[in-house]
Amino acid sequence: MAILLYRVDERLIHGQVLVSWGAKFQPQRIIVVDDQLATSTWEQELYALGLPEDLEVTFANVADARVRLPQWRADARRSLLLVRDLETMRGLARGGALSGERVNIGGIHYAAGRERVLPYVFLSAADRAMLEQIAAENVAVVAQDLPGSKAVALADLLRP
Amino acid sequence: MSEQTPVRGIVVAHGELAMGLVHAVRRIAGDAADALVAVSNEGCSPQKLSEDLAAVAGTGPLVVFVDLPTGSCAVAARKLCQNQEQRAVIFGANLPLLLDFVFHRDLSLQELVPRLLARGRAGICCSPATDPHGDPALSGR
Repeated sequence: MAILLYRVDERLIHGQVLVSWGAKFQPQRIIVVDDQLATSTWEQELYALGLPEDLEVTFANVADARVRLPQWRADARRSLLLVRDLETMRGLARGGALSGERVNIGGIHYAAGRERVLPYVFLSAADRAMLEQIAAENVAVVAQDLPGSKAVALADLLRP
Repeated sequence: MSEQTPVRGIVVAHGELAMGLVHAVRRIAGDAADALVAVSNEGCSPQKLSEDLAAVAGTGPLVVFVDLPTGSCAVAARKLCQNQEQRAVIFGANLPLLLDFVFHRDLSLQELVPRLLARGRAGICCSPATDPHGDPALSGR
């Protein structure tokens, strides 16, 4: 399996991903799936600036990503796949496209209507419903900000 | 004496690093540290971090000091300064360059930024020297 981490993190490419998860998986490519970023060249450049030269970054929208998922998985290069929100991950997982995979919730921050579940995870009722929908696609959902921290199961995230 | 508006500085970094750096500048430089504002990305969404930076950026010349060249702080700083002639971002913030900044804010950005980069780099060295005749950082100079 060439995609070693599927992660929901509002910050997308950032320190925890590059340094901690990067040390664990030694990625050769980061795939960012985001409908808005896929259309914005200057924002893509912002995220790519300062990255190691040997780390490739690919940006794709959800529809394109769903088509390219089998190819990315078959690719021998070690990849991390990042999305910024649950809606995008739900779109990616739809129809069993991520069946058997594990999705990491790495950073959903406070916004109006969201309640604190973990220091790095704040969820609204709509967020909880999307988590359940992702899991219903035969996807294991856990929250874990860093490789060395405790993975929190979906049931614990959804507990009132 | 220069008549231009003194450059202001924002330190944006992970966790409590920004506050720690500004605190250290204040302990060494006193009130001159008032020119620096600390912003942390702790618990911030990208949007919130951008809002926090915009709230303290002001309208005059500005240098944003960032800890890492990639990541949420770097992206927010780059967005804040994009297409702004009177704003610059410096990555790899350390105490030597911040101290130099607070005492040379009257320079133009064009003069100040190269100077700060040089001060910051010069502040990284080792002892004992491992390469006395080569890289200044390895020579302990």
